[in-house]
Amino acid sequence: MTRVIAATVLLLALAAVPYTLGPVAEQPLIGLFSLVALATLWNLLAGFAGLTSFGQQAYLGIGAYALYLLAARGLDPFLGIPLAALVAGAVAVPVSFPVLRLSGGHFAVATWVLAEIFRLAVTLSPALGGNTGVALPGLGGYEPLVRQAVTYWWALGLAACSVLGVWLLARGGFGLRARAVQSDPVAAASSGVRVDRTRRWAYCLAASGTGAVGALLFVYTLYVQPGSIFGVQYSVSMMFMVLIGGIGTIEGPVAGALIFFGLQQALSGYGPWYLVLLGAVAIAVTLFAPRGLWGRLGRPVFPIGYRLE
Amino acid sequence: MIMGLVTGIVQGVLLGGAYALIACGLSLAFGVMRLVNIAHGDLAVCGAYLALVLATGLGVPVAVTLPLILPIAFAAGVLLQLVLFQRALRGGVLAPVLVTFGLSVMIQNLLVTGASADPRSLDGGRLAMAGFTIGDLTLSWLRVIGFLLAVAVLGTLHLLLRRTAFGRRIRATADDLETARLVGIRVRPVFACVAGIAVATAVLAGVYIGLTATFDPYAGGLTLIFAFEAVVVGGLGSLWGTLLGGIVLGVTQQLVGLWDVRFAVLAVHVLFFTVLVVRPRGLLS
Repeated sequence: MTRVIAATVLLLALAAVPYTLGPVAEQPLIGLFSLVALATLWNLLAGFAGLTSFGQQAYLGIGAYALYLLAARGLDPFLGIPLAALVAGAVAVPVSFPVLRLSGGHFAVATWVLAEIFRLAVTLSPALGGNTGVALPGLGGYEPLVRQAVTYWWALGLAACSVLGVWLLARGGFGLRARAVQSDPVAAASSGVRVDRTRRWAYCLAASGTGAVGALLFVYTLYVQPGSIFGVQYSVSMMFMVLIGGIGTIEGPVAGALIFFGLQQALSGYGPWYLVLLGAVAIAVTLFAPRGLWGRLGRPVFPIGYRLE
Repeated sequence: MIMGLVTGIVQGVLLGGAYALIACGLSLAFGVMRLVNIAHGDLAVCGAYLALVLATGLGVPVAVTLPLILPIAFAAGVLLQLVLFQRALRGGVLAPVLVTFGLSVMIQNLLVTGASADPRSLDGGRLAMAGFTIGDLTLSWLRVIGFLLAVAVLGTLHLLLRRTAFGRRIRATADDLETARLVGIRVRPVFACVAGIAVATAVLAGVYIGLTATFDPYAGGLTLIFAFEAVVVGGLGSLWGTLLGGIVLGVTQQLVGLWDVRFAVLAVHVLFFTVLVVRPRGLLS
Protein backbone atom coordinates (compact mmCIF):
# COMPACT_ATOMS: atom_id res chain seq x y z
CA MET A 1 0.00 0.00 0.00
CA THR A 2 2.81 2.43 0.87
CA ARG A 3 4.30 1.67 -2.52
CA VAL A 4 1.09 2.62 -4.31
CA ILE A 5 0.90 5.88 -2.36
CA ALA A 6 4.57 6.66 -3.03
CA ALA A 7 4.15 5.96 -6.74
CA THR A 8 1.01 8.12 -6.90
CA VAL A 9 2.72 11.00 -5.10
CA LEU A 10 5.73 10.76 -7.41
CA LEU A 11 3.49 10.75 -10.49
CA LEU A 12 1.49 13.75 -9.24
CA ALA A 13 4.70 15.65 -8.41
CA LEU A 14 6.05 14.92 -11.90
CA ALA A 15 2.75 15.89 -13.48
CA ALA A 16 2.90 19.24 -11.67
CA VAL A 17 6.34 20.09 -13.08
CA PRO A 18 4.99 22.47 -15.80
CA TYR A 19 3.42 24.57 -13.00
CA THR A 20 6.32 24.31 -10.56
CA LEU A 21 9.70 24.06 -12.28
CA GLY A 22 8.55 25.18 -15.69
CA PRO A 23 10.04 24.75 -19.18
CA VAL A 24 13.66 24.48 -17.96
CA ALA A 25 12.90 21.16 -16.30
CA GLU A 26 10.42 19.99 -18.94
CA GLN A 27 12.88 19.68 -21.77
CA PRO A 28 15.35 17.21 -20.21
CA LEU A 29 12.52 15.29 -18.57
CA ILE A 30 10.77 14.72 -21.91
CA GLY A 31 14.00 13.14 -23.12
CA LEU A 32 14.30 11.06 -19.98
CA PHE A 33 10.68 9.84 -20.10
CA SER A 34 10.98 8.73 -23.71
CA LEU A 35 14.14 6.79 -22.74
CA VAL A 36 12.25 5.15 -19.85
CA ALA A 37 9.45 4.11 -22.21
CA LEU A 38 11.84 2.81 -24.87
CA ALA A 39 13.92 0.83 -22.39
CA THR A 40 10.84 -0.65 -20.72
CA LEU A 41 9.37 -1.72 -24.06
CA TRP A 42 12.65 -3.22 -25.23
CA ASN A 43 12.79 -5.11 -21.96
CA LEU A 44 9.31 -6.51 -22.63
CA LEU A 45 10.82 -8.14 -25.72
CA ALA A 46 14.30 -9.10 -24.52
CA GLY A 47 13.76 -9.51 -20.81
CA PHE A 48 10.45 -11.36 -20.85
CA ALA A 49 9.89 -12.89 -24.27
CA GLY A 50 13.59 -13.54 -25.01
CA LEU A 51 13.57 -11.61 -28.29
CA THR A 52 16.52 -9.24 -28.79
CA SER A 53 15.45 -6.84 -31.49
CA PHE A 54 17.88 -4.45 -33.14
CA GLY A 55 15.09 -3.05 -35.24
CA GLN A 56 12.73 -1.27 -32.86
CA GLN A 57 13.75 1.96 -34.62
CA ALA A 58 11.49 0.72 -37.44
CA TYR A 59 8.49 1.39 -35.20
CA LEU A 60 9.85 4.72 -34.00
CA GLY A 61 9.90 5.78 -37.63
CA ILE A 62 6.51 4.27 -38.45
CA GLY A 63 4.97 6.06 -35.47
CA ALA A 64 6.53 9.37 -36.51
CA TYR A 65 5.55 9.10 -40.17
CA ALA A 66 2.05 7.84 -39.32
CA LEU A 67 1.64 10.96 -37.18
CA TYR A 68 2.84 13.08 -40.10
CA LEU A 69 0.24 11.57 -42.44
CA LEU A 70 -2.53 12.01 -39.85
CA ALA A 71 -1.51 15.60 -39.03
CA ALA A 72 -1.25 16.46 -42.72
CA ARG A 73 -4.93 15.45 -43.00
CA GLY A 74 -5.81 17.94 -40.30
CA LEU A 75 -5.82 15.81 -37.15
CA ASP A 76 -4.47 17.40 -33.99
CA PRO A 77 -0.94 15.94 -33.58
CA PHE A 78 -1.46 15.22 -29.88
CA LEU A 79 -4.58 13.19 -30.63
CA GLY A 80 -2.59 11.51 -33.40
CA ILE A 81 -0.12 9.91 -30.95
CA PRO A 82 -2.39 7.01 -29.89
CA LEU A 83 -3.44 6.50 -33.51
CA ALA A 84 0.24 6.35 -34.52
CA ALA A 85 0.70 3.68 -31.84
CA LEU A 86 -2.17 1.70 -33.38
CA VAL A 87 -0.63 2.01 -36.84
CA ALA A 88 2.73 0.76 -35.55
CA GLY A 89 1.02 -2.16 -33.82
CA ALA A 90 -0.96 -2.96 -36.96
CA VAL A 91 2.20 -2.97 -39.09
CA ALA A 92 3.88 -5.26 -36.58
CA VAL A 93 1.21 -7.99 -36.91
CA PRO A 94 1.96 -9.12 -40.49
CA VAL A 95 5.68 -8.43 -40.02
CA SER A 96 5.83 -10.62 -36.93
CA PHE A 97 5.08 -13.78 -38.94
CA PRO A 98 8.34 -13.87 -40.92
CA VAL A 99 10.62 -12.41 -38.22
CA LEU A 100 9.35 -14.68 -35.45
CA ARG A 101 10.40 -17.68 -37.49
CA LEU A 102 13.88 -16.73 -36.38
CA SER A 103 15.27 -16.46 -32.88
CA GLY A 104 18.38 -15.21 -31.11
CA GLY A 105 20.88 -13.40 -33.29
CA HIS A 106 18.98 -14.17 -36.47
CA PHE A 107 15.87 -12.48 -35.14
CA ALA A 108 18.01 -9.49 -34.13
CA VAL A 109 19.49 -9.00 -37.58
CA ALA A 110 16.19 -9.67 -39.38
CA THR A 111 14.48 -6.91 -37.40
CA TRP A 112 17.37 -4.62 -38.28
CA VAL A 113 16.88 -5.44 -41.98
CA LEU A 114 13.23 -4.57 -41.52
CA ALA A 115 14.13 -1.12 -40.16
CA GLU A 116 16.39 -0.66 -43.19
CA ILE A 117 13.50 -1.58 -45.51
CA PHE A 118 11.27 1.06 -43.93
CA ARG A 119 14.08 3.62 -43.97
CA LEU A 120 14.78 3.05 -47.67
CA ALA A 121 11.07 3.05 -48.49
CA VAL A 122 10.61 6.44 -46.78
CA THR A 123 13.74 7.80 -48.46
CA LEU A 124 12.25 6.82 -51.81
CA SER A 125 8.77 8.28 -51.29
CA PRO A 126 8.41 11.95 -52.21
CA ALA A 127 5.08 12.11 -50.32
CA LEU A 128 7.02 11.55 -47.08
CA GLY A 129 9.68 14.11 -47.87
CA GLY A 130 12.28 11.61 -49.06
CA ASN A 131 15.74 11.93 -47.60
CA THR A 132 15.29 15.49 -46.36
CA GLY A 133 12.48 14.69 -43.96
CA VAL A 134 9.30 16.53 -43.05
CA ALA A 135 8.15 19.11 -40.51
CA LEU A 136 5.12 18.41 -38.37
CA PRO A 137 2.10 20.46 -39.45
CA GLY A 138 -0.87 21.37 -37.27
CA LEU A 139 0.80 22.64 -34.09
CA GLY A 140 0.57 26.30 -35.08
CA GLY A 141 -2.57 26.76 -32.95
CA TYR A 142 -0.71 26.02 -29.69
CA GLU A 143 1.14 28.61 -27.63
CA PRO A 144 4.78 27.38 -27.40
CA LEU A 145 4.53 27.09 -23.60
CA VAL A 146 1.29 25.10 -23.76
CA ARG A 147 2.67 22.93 -26.54
CA GLN A 148 5.71 21.99 -24.51
CA ALA A 149 3.63 21.32 -21.39
CA VAL A 150 1.25 19.01 -23.30
CA THR A 151 4.24 17.25 -24.87
CA TYR A 152 5.64 16.83 -21.37
CA TRP A 153 2.42 15.25 -20.09
CA TRP A 154 2.31 12.92 -23.04
CA ALA A 155 5.91 11.87 -22.36
CA LEU A 156 5.17 11.30 -18.69
CA GLY A 157 2.00 9.40 -19.58
CA LEU A 158 3.79 7.15 -22.07
CA ALA A 159 6.60 6.38 -19.62
CA ALA A 160 4.16 5.68 -16.77
CA CYS A 161 1.86 3.56 -18.96
CA SER A 162 4.79 1.53 -20.31
CA VAL A 163 6.17 0.77 -16.86
CA LEU A 164 2.75 0.05 -15.37
CA GLY A 165 1.63 -1.90 -18.44
CA VAL A 166 4.71 -4.10 -18.58
CA TRP A 167 4.49 -4.66 -14.83
CA LEU A 168 0.85 -5.77 -15.06
CA LEU A 169 1.67 -7.99 -18.04
CA ALA A 170 4.74 -9.44 -16.34
CA ARG A 171 3.06 -10.39 -13.09
CA GLY A 172 0.06 -11.95 -14.77
CA GLY A 173 -0.31 -15.14 -16.74
CA PHE A 174 1.24 -13.51 -19.79
CA GLY A 175 4.45 -12.79 -17.87
CA LEU A 176 4.67 -16.38 -16.68
CA ARG A 177 4.18 -17.69 -20.20
CA ALA A 178 6.63 -15.18 -21.67
CA ARG A 179 9.33 -16.07 -19.20
CA ALA A 180 8.73 -19.75 -19.79
CA VAL A 181 9.18 -19.13 -23.52
CA GLN A 182 12.33 -17.13 -22.81
CA SER A 183 14.05 -19.73 -20.67
CA ASP A 184 13.10 -22.78 -22.76
CA PRO A 185 10.74 -22.54 -25.73
CA VAL A 186 10.53 -26.31 -26.20
CA ALA A 187 9.72 -27.01 -22.57
CA ALA A 188 7.23 -24.14 -22.59
CA ALA A 189 5.49 -25.53 -25.67
CA SER A 190 5.33 -29.00 -24.20
CA SER A 191 3.65 -27.69 -21.07
CA GLY A 192 0.94 -26.08 -23.14
CA VAL A 193 2.23 -22.54 -23.65
CA ARG A 194 1.47 -21.20 -27.10
CA VAL A 195 4.99 -20.02 -27.86
CA ASP A 196 4.27 -18.22 -31.13
CA ARG A 197 1.26 -16.41 -29.80
CA THR A 198 3.10 -15.25 -26.66
CA ARG A 199 6.02 -13.97 -28.70
CA ARG A 200 3.68 -12.29 -31.20
CA TRP A 201 1.82 -10.43 -28.45
CA ALA A 202 5.08 -9.21 -26.91
CA TYR A 203 6.40 -8.13 -30.31
CA CYS A 204 3.26 -6.26 -31.35
CA LEU A 205 2.74 -4.57 -27.98
CA ALA A 206 6.36 -3.41 -27.89
CA ALA A 207 6.05 -2.18 -31.49
CA SER A 208 2.90 -0.26 -30.69
CA GLY A 209 4.41 1.45 -27.62
CA THR A 210 7.59 2.24 -29.54
CA GLY A 211 5.43 3.77 -32.29
CA ALA A 212 3.85 6.07 -29.70
CA VAL A 213 7.33 7.14 -28.55
CA GLY A 214 8.30 7.78 -32.17
CA ALA A 215 5.26 10.03 -32.60
CA LEU A 216 6.11 11.77 -29.33
CA LEU A 217 9.71 12.41 -30.42
CA PHE A 218 8.31 13.92 -33.63
CA VAL A 219 5.97 16.23 -31.68
CA TYR A 220 8.92 17.21 -29.49
CA THR A 221 11.47 17.92 -32.23
CA LEU A 222 8.86 19.01 -34.86
CA TYR A 223 11.03 17.53 -37.58
CA VAL A 224 11.75 13.97 -38.67
CA GLN A 225 14.36 12.56 -41.04
CA PRO A 226 14.59 8.94 -42.11
CA GLY A 227 18.35 8.86 -41.50
CA SER A 228 18.01 9.66 -37.81
CA ILE A 229 14.65 8.19 -36.72
CA PHE A 230 15.45 4.81 -38.37
CA GLY A 231 19.00 4.84 -36.96
CA VAL A 232 20.33 1.72 -35.24
CA GLN A 233 21.68 4.04 -32.51
CA TYR A 234 18.26 3.84 -30.89
CA SER A 235 18.63 0.10 -30.51
CA VAL A 236 22.11 0.55 -29.10
CA SER A 237 20.76 2.83 -26.38
CA MET A 238 17.74 0.60 -25.63
CA MET A 239 20.02 -2.39 -25.22
CA PHE A 240 22.44 -0.44 -23.06
CA MET A 241 19.76 0.89 -20.70
CA VAL A 242 18.12 -2.50 -20.21
CA LEU A 243 21.41 -4.33 -19.69
CA ILE A 244 22.96 -1.95 -17.23
CA GLY A 245 19.77 -1.51 -15.26
CA GLY A 246 18.84 -5.16 -15.08
CA ILE A 247 17.20 -7.22 -17.81
CA GLY A 248 13.95 -8.95 -16.93
CA THR A 249 13.04 -6.65 -14.05
CA ILE A 250 10.60 -3.73 -13.99
CA GLU A 251 12.88 -1.29 -12.16
CA GLY A 252 16.01 -2.15 -14.16
CA PRO A 253 15.14 -0.34 -17.41
CA VAL A 254 14.02 2.72 -15.43
CA ALA A 255 17.31 2.77 -13.51
CA GLY A 256 19.15 2.11 -16.78
CA ALA A 257 17.38 5.04 -18.44
CA LEU A 258 18.42 7.31 -15.55
CA ILE A 259 22.05 6.16 -15.79
CA PHE A 260 22.09 6.46 -19.56
CA PHE A 261 20.53 9.91 -19.36
CA GLY A 262 23.16 11.01 -16.82
CA LEU A 263 26.02 9.61 -18.93
CA GLN A 264 24.60 11.29 -22.02
CA GLN A 265 24.50 14.67 -20.28
CA ALA A 266 27.96 14.28 -18.79
CA LEU A 267 29.93 12.54 -21.53
CA SER A 268 28.32 13.14 -24.91
CA GLY A 269 30.91 15.87 -25.52
CA TYR A 270 33.52 13.11 -25.83
CA GLY A 271 31.78 11.81 -28.97
CA PRO A 272 33.00 8.42 -30.10
CA TRP A 273 34.90 7.64 -26.89
CA TYR A 274 31.61 7.85 -25.04
CA LEU A 275 30.12 5.21 -27.34
CA VAL A 276 33.22 3.03 -26.96
CA LEU A 277 32.62 3.19 -23.22
CA LEU A 278 28.94 2.28 -23.66
CA GLY A 279 29.90 -0.75 -25.75
CA ALA A 280 32.52 -1.87 -23.23
CA VAL A 281 30.14 -1.47 -20.29
CA ALA A 282 27.43 -3.41 -22.16
CA ILE A 283 29.86 -6.29 -22.74
CA ALA A 284 31.14 -6.25 -19.16
CA VAL A 285 27.65 -6.18 -17.67
CA THR A 286 26.44 -9.03 -19.90
CA LEU A 287 29.40 -11.22 -19.00
CA PHE A 288 30.00 -10.41 -15.37
CA ALA A 289 26.76 -9.00 -13.97
CA PRO A 290 23.99 -10.38 -16.19
CA ARG A 291 21.33 -9.28 -13.73
CA GLY A 292 22.38 -5.64 -14.08
CA LEU A 293 22.76 -3.00 -11.42
CA TRP A 294 19.25 -3.24 -10.06
CA GLY A 295 19.33 -7.00 -10.03
CA ARG A 296 22.53 -6.84 -7.96
CA LEU A 297 21.93 -3.98 -5.61
CA GLY A 298 18.28 -3.01 -5.63
CA ARG A 299 15.27 -4.63 -4.07
CA PRO A 300 12.20 -5.04 -6.24
CA VAL A 301 9.74 -2.16 -5.95
CA PHE A 302 7.50 -3.80 -8.51
CA PRO A 303 7.73 -7.48 -7.60
CA ILE A 304 7.04 -9.92 -10.41
CA GLY A 305 8.48 -13.08 -8.91
CA TYR A 306 6.59 -15.87 -7.24
CA ARG A 307 7.94 -17.34 -4.03
CA LEU A 308 7.34 -21.03 -3.56
CA GLU A 309 7.10 -22.10 0.05
CA MET B 1 18.13 -5.15 -73.92
CA ILE B 2 19.19 -8.82 -73.91
CA MET B 3 22.82 -7.75 -73.66
CA GLY B 4 21.96 -5.49 -70.73
CA LEU B 5 20.30 -8.40 -68.97
CA VAL B 6 23.24 -10.73 -69.60
CA THR B 7 25.67 -8.09 -68.32
CA GLY B 8 23.49 -7.57 -65.26
CA ILE B 9 23.33 -11.27 -64.48
CA VAL B 10 27.08 -11.80 -64.93
CA GLN B 11 27.93 -8.75 -62.81
CA GLY B 12 25.39 -9.93 -60.24
CA VAL B 13 26.99 -13.36 -60.01
CA LEU B 14 30.41 -11.76 -59.51
CA LEU B 15 29.00 -9.44 -56.84
CA GLY B 16 27.33 -12.43 -55.20
CA GLY B 17 30.74 -14.03 -54.85
CA ALA B 18 31.87 -11.05 -52.78
CA TYR B 19 28.77 -11.37 -50.57
CA ALA B 20 29.48 -15.06 -50.09
CA LEU B 21 33.08 -14.25 -49.14
CA ILE B 22 31.88 -11.99 -46.33
CA ALA B 23 29.15 -14.40 -45.34
CA CYS B 24 31.07 -17.68 -45.14
CA GLY B 25 32.69 -16.79 -41.78
CA LEU B 26 29.31 -15.88 -40.37
CA SER B 27 27.86 -19.13 -41.67
CA LEU B 28 30.75 -21.16 -40.24
CA ALA B 29 30.60 -19.55 -36.79
CA PHE B 30 26.86 -20.13 -36.63
CA GLY B 31 27.09 -23.66 -37.98
CA VAL B 32 29.74 -24.75 -35.49
CA MET B 33 29.30 -22.59 -32.39
CA ARG B 34 25.72 -21.31 -32.83
CA LEU B 35 27.28 -17.85 -32.62
CA VAL B 36 25.72 -15.00 -34.60
CA ASN B 37 28.53 -12.50 -34.57
CA ILE B 38 26.93 -9.05 -34.91
CA ALA B 39 30.45 -7.55 -35.14
CA HIS B 40 31.33 -9.68 -38.20
CA GLY B 41 30.92 -6.77 -40.63
CA ASP B 42 32.87 -4.44 -38.37
CA LEU B 43 35.74 -6.92 -38.20
CA ALA B 44 35.75 -6.97 -42.02
CA VAL B 45 35.94 -3.16 -42.06
CA CYS B 46 38.83 -3.36 -39.55
CA GLY B 47 40.64 -5.51 -42.09
CA ALA B 48 40.22 -2.85 -44.77
CA TYR B 49 41.64 -0.21 -42.42
CA LEU B 50 44.53 -2.47 -41.44
CA ALA B 51 45.37 -3.00 -45.11
CA LEU B 52 45.18 0.76 -45.67
CA VAL B 53 47.56 1.51 -42.80
CA LEU B 54 50.04 -1.22 -43.73
CA ALA B 55 49.98 -0.53 -47.47
CA THR B 56 50.60 3.20 -47.04
CA GLY B 57 53.00 2.71 -44.11
CA LEU B 58 55.18 0.14 -45.85
CA GLY B 59 54.64 1.57 -49.32
CA VAL B 60 53.64 -1.79 -50.80
CA PRO B 61 50.61 -2.92 -52.86
CA VAL B 62 47.56 -4.00 -50.86
CA ALA B 63 47.86 -7.66 -51.92
CA VAL B 64 51.35 -7.86 -50.37
CA THR B 65 49.96 -6.95 -46.94
CA LEU B 66 47.64 -9.99 -46.91
CA PRO B 67 50.23 -12.51 -45.62
CA LEU B 68 50.68 -10.17 -42.67
CA ILE B 69 47.02 -9.28 -42.14
CA LEU B 70 45.49 -12.75 -42.30
CA PRO B 71 47.56 -14.24 -39.43
CA ILE B 72 46.79 -11.14 -37.35
CA ALA B 73 43.08 -11.63 -38.11
CA PHE B 74 43.25 -15.32 -37.21
CA ALA B 75 44.95 -14.46 -33.91
CA ALA B 76 42.37 -11.76 -33.22
CA GLY B 77 39.58 -14.28 -33.82
CA VAL B 78 41.17 -16.81 -31.45
CA LEU B 79 41.61 -14.12 -28.83
CA LEU B 80 38.02 -12.87 -29.18
CA GLN B 81 36.76 -16.43 -28.82
CA LEU B 82 38.84 -17.13 -25.71
CA VAL B 83 38.19 -13.80 -24.02
CA LEU B 84 34.63 -12.89 -25.03
CA PHE B 85 32.64 -15.30 -27.16
CA GLN B 86 33.34 -18.35 -25.04
CA ARG B 87 31.99 -16.69 -21.93
CA ALA B 88 29.08 -15.20 -23.88
CA LEU B 89 28.08 -18.58 -25.32
CA ARG B 90 27.86 -19.96 -21.79
CA GLY B 91 25.59 -17.08 -20.73
CA GLY B 92 22.41 -18.21 -22.46
CA VAL B 93 20.67 -17.18 -25.66
CA LEU B 94 20.83 -13.42 -25.27
CA ALA B 95 24.42 -13.00 -24.11
CA PRO B 96 26.21 -13.70 -27.45
CA VAL B 97 23.92 -11.29 -29.29
CA LEU B 98 24.42 -8.55 -26.72
CA VAL B 99 28.18 -9.04 -26.36
CA THR B 100 28.86 -9.01 -30.11
CA PHE B 101 26.58 -6.00 -30.52
CA GLY B 102 28.57 -4.19 -27.82
CA LEU B 103 31.76 -5.21 -29.62
CA SER B 104 30.37 -3.82 -32.86
CA VAL B 105 29.62 -0.44 -31.24
CA MET B 106 33.14 -0.38 -29.76
CA ILE B 107 34.88 -1.23 -33.04
CA GLN B 108 32.94 1.37 -35.02
CA ASN B 109 33.71 4.16 -32.61
CA LEU B 110 37.34 3.16 -32.10
CA LEU B 111 37.71 3.34 -35.88
CA VAL B 112 36.13 6.81 -35.84
CA THR B 113 38.59 8.02 -33.22
CA GLY B 114 41.55 6.41 -34.98
CA ALA B 115 40.74 7.15 -38.59
CA SER B 116 37.96 9.79 -38.62
CA ALA B 117 34.58 9.18 -40.25
CA ASP B 118 35.75 10.13 -43.77
CA PRO B 119 35.16 7.51 -46.44
CA ARG B 120 38.35 5.78 -47.60
CA SER B 121 39.27 3.30 -50.28
CA LEU B 122 42.17 0.98 -50.98
CA ASP B 123 44.37 1.60 -54.00
CA GLY B 124 44.27 -1.48 -56.19
CA GLY B 125 46.90 -0.15 -58.56
CA ARG B 126 46.66 -1.23 -62.20
CA LEU B 127 44.54 -4.25 -61.36
CA ALA B 128 41.64 -2.09 -60.22
CA MET B 129 41.33 -0.53 -63.66
CA ALA B 130 42.12 -3.59 -65.79
CA GLY B 131 39.38 -5.46 -67.59
CA PHE B 132 38.81 -7.81 -70.48
CA THR B 133 36.05 -8.41 -72.98
CA ILE B 134 34.21 -11.55 -74.04
CA GLY B 135 32.07 -10.71 -77.05
CA ASP B 136 30.19 -7.57 -76.03
CA LEU B 137 30.72 -8.19 -72.33
CA THR B 138 33.34 -6.14 -70.47
CA LEU B 139 34.44 -7.53 -67.12
CA SER B 140 36.75 -6.17 -64.47
CA TRP B 141 39.63 -8.43 -63.48
CA LEU B 142 39.21 -7.38 -59.88
CA ARG B 143 35.58 -8.57 -59.79
CA VAL B 144 36.47 -11.87 -61.44
CA ILE B 145 39.35 -12.42 -59.02
CA GLY B 146 37.01 -11.61 -56.11
CA PHE B 147 34.55 -14.25 -57.28
CA LEU B 148 37.28 -16.84 -57.81
CA LEU B 149 38.66 -15.98 -54.38
CA ALA B 150 35.25 -16.63 -52.84
CA VAL B 151 34.95 -19.99 -54.59
CA ALA B 152 38.51 -20.87 -53.53
CA VAL B 153 37.84 -19.96 -49.89
CA LEU B 154 34.55 -21.88 -49.83
CA GLY B 155 36.21 -24.85 -51.56
CA THR B 156 39.07 -24.87 -49.06
CA LEU B 157 36.67 -24.69 -46.14
CA HIS B 158 34.62 -27.50 -47.68
CA LEU B 159 37.70 -29.71 -48.05
CA LEU B 160 38.88 -28.80 -44.57
CA LEU B 161 35.53 -29.77 -43.06
CA ARG B 162 34.92 -32.91 -45.14
CA ARG B 163 38.37 -34.41 -45.71
CA THR B 164 40.57 -33.72 -42.71
CA ALA B 165 40.73 -35.05 -39.15
CA PHE B 166 40.42 -31.50 -37.89
CA GLY B 167 37.30 -30.99 -40.00
CA ARG B 168 35.82 -34.17 -38.56
CA ARG B 169 36.35 -32.77 -35.07
CA ILE B 170 34.67 -29.52 -36.10
CA ARG B 171 31.67 -31.36 -37.55
CA ALA B 172 31.36 -33.60 -34.53
CA THR B 173 31.41 -30.58 -32.23
CA ALA B 174 28.85 -28.81 -34.38
CA ASP B 175 26.53 -31.84 -34.35
CA ASP B 176 26.63 -32.55 -30.65
CA LEU B 177 28.86 -30.68 -28.25
CA GLU B 178 28.39 -33.02 -25.30
CA THR B 179 28.99 -36.20 -27.26
CA ALA B 180 32.03 -34.66 -28.91
CA ARG B 181 33.43 -33.95 -25.45
CA LEU B 182 32.63 -37.51 -24.35
CA VAL B 183 34.65 -39.04 -27.17
CA GLY B 184 37.64 -36.93 -26.24
CA ILE B 185 37.50 -33.90 -28.51
CA ARG B 186 38.91 -30.82 -26.86
CA VAL B 187 36.23 -28.34 -27.79
CA ARG B 188 38.01 -25.15 -26.78
CA PRO B 189 40.81 -25.27 -29.38
CA VAL B 190 38.30 -26.32 -32.05
CA PHE B 191 36.09 -23.31 -31.31
CA ALA B 192 39.09 -20.99 -31.12
CA CYS B 193 40.30 -22.16 -34.56
CA VAL B 194 36.84 -21.78 -36.06
CA ALA B 195 36.58 -18.23 -34.68
CA GLY B 196 40.05 -17.50 -36.07
CA ILE B 197 39.08 -18.80 -39.51
CA ALA B 198 35.81 -16.85 -39.43
CA VAL B 199 37.56 -13.57 -38.60
CA ALA B 200 40.31 -14.23 -41.16
CA THR B 201 37.73 -14.74 -43.94
CA ALA B 202 35.88 -11.61 -42.79
CA VAL B 203 39.07 -9.59 -42.96
CA LEU B 204 39.95 -10.99 -46.38
CA ALA B 205 36.48 -9.98 -47.57
CA GLY B 206 36.95 -6.56 -45.98
CA VAL B 207 40.17 -5.97 -47.90
CA TYR B 208 38.43 -7.02 -51.11
CA ILE B 209 35.50 -4.66 -50.42
CA GLY B 210 37.98 -1.88 -49.72
CA LEU B 211 39.46 -2.41 -53.19
CA THR B 212 36.09 -2.28 -54.96
CA ALA B 213 34.25 0.42 -53.01
CA THR B 214 34.69 3.13 -50.41
CA PHE B 215 34.30 2.30 -46.74
CA ASP B 216 33.93 4.23 -43.49
CA PRO B 217 33.86 3.18 -39.81
CA TYR B 218 30.08 2.60 -39.97
CA ALA B 219 30.18 0.39 -43.07
CA GLY B 220 30.18 -2.74 -40.89
CA GLY B 221 26.45 -2.62 -40.22
CA LEU B 222 25.37 -2.87 -43.83
CA THR B 223 28.14 -5.40 -44.50
CA LEU B 224 26.75 -7.60 -41.74
CA ILE B 225 23.21 -7.25 -43.06
CA PHE B 226 24.21 -8.35 -46.58
CA ALA B 227 26.28 -11.25 -45.25
CA PHE B 228 23.43 -12.31 -43.02
CA GLU B 229 20.94 -12.16 -45.89
CA ALA B 230 23.21 -14.33 -48.00
CA VAL B 231 23.42 -16.90 -45.18
CA VAL B 232 19.66 -17.01 -44.56
CA VAL B 233 18.64 -16.98 -48.23
CA GLY B 234 21.09 -19.78 -48.98
CA GLY B 235 20.14 -21.87 -45.97
CA LEU B 236 21.53 -21.68 -42.45
CA GLY B 237 24.82 -23.45 -41.93
CA SER B 238 25.34 -24.60 -45.53
CA LEU B 239 28.51 -23.21 -47.12
CA TRP B 240 27.51 -23.73 -50.75
CA GLY B 241 24.07 -22.43 -49.86
CA THR B 242 25.79 -19.25 -48.76
CA LEU B 243 27.40 -18.91 -52.19
CA LEU B 244 24.02 -19.48 -53.85
CA GLY B 245 22.43 -16.96 -51.48
CA GLY B 246 25.11 -14.39 -52.27
CA ILE B 247 24.62 -14.91 -56.01
CA VAL B 248 20.82 -14.59 -55.76
CA LEU B 249 21.24 -11.33 -53.83
CA GLY B 250 23.90 -9.99 -56.21
CA VAL B 251 21.86 -10.79 -59.35
CA THR B 252 18.74 -9.21 -57.82
CA GLN B 253 20.69 -6.08 -56.93
CA GLN B 254 22.18 -5.74 -60.42
CA LEU B 255 18.95 -6.46 -62.32
CA VAL B 256 16.85 -4.07 -60.23
CA GLY B 257 19.71 -1.57 -60.52
CA LEU B 258 19.37 -1.72 -64.33
CA TRP B 259 15.77 -0.58 -63.95
CA ASP B 260 16.30 2.01 -61.20
CA VAL B 261 19.47 2.03 -59.16
CA ARG B 262 17.77 3.66 -56.14
CA PHE B 263 15.66 0.55 -55.59
CA ALA B 264 18.54 -1.95 -55.84
CA VAL B 265 19.33 -2.32 -52.12
CA LEU B 266 15.67 -2.14 -51.11
CA ALA B 267 14.95 -5.00 -53.53
CA VAL B 268 17.63 -7.15 -51.88
CA HIS B 269 16.11 -6.61 -48.43
CA VAL B 270 12.60 -7.35 -49.73
CA LEU B 271 13.85 -10.51 -51.44
CA PHE B 272 15.35 -11.61 -48.13
CA PHE B 273 11.99 -11.19 -46.41
CA THR B 274 10.20 -12.97 -49.22
CA VAL B 275 12.50 -15.95 -48.85
CA LEU B 276 11.92 -15.85 -45.10
CA VAL B 277 8.17 -16.09 -45.70
CA VAL B 278 8.15 -18.62 -48.54
CA ARG B 279 11.15 -20.81 -47.68
CA PRO B 280 12.17 -20.02 -44.10
CA ARG B 281 14.88 -22.68 -44.15
CA GLY B 282 16.59 -21.11 -47.16
CA LEU B 283 16.95 -22.20 -50.76
CA LEU B 284 19.32 -25.11 -50.13
CA SER B 285 17.88 -27.16 -47.27
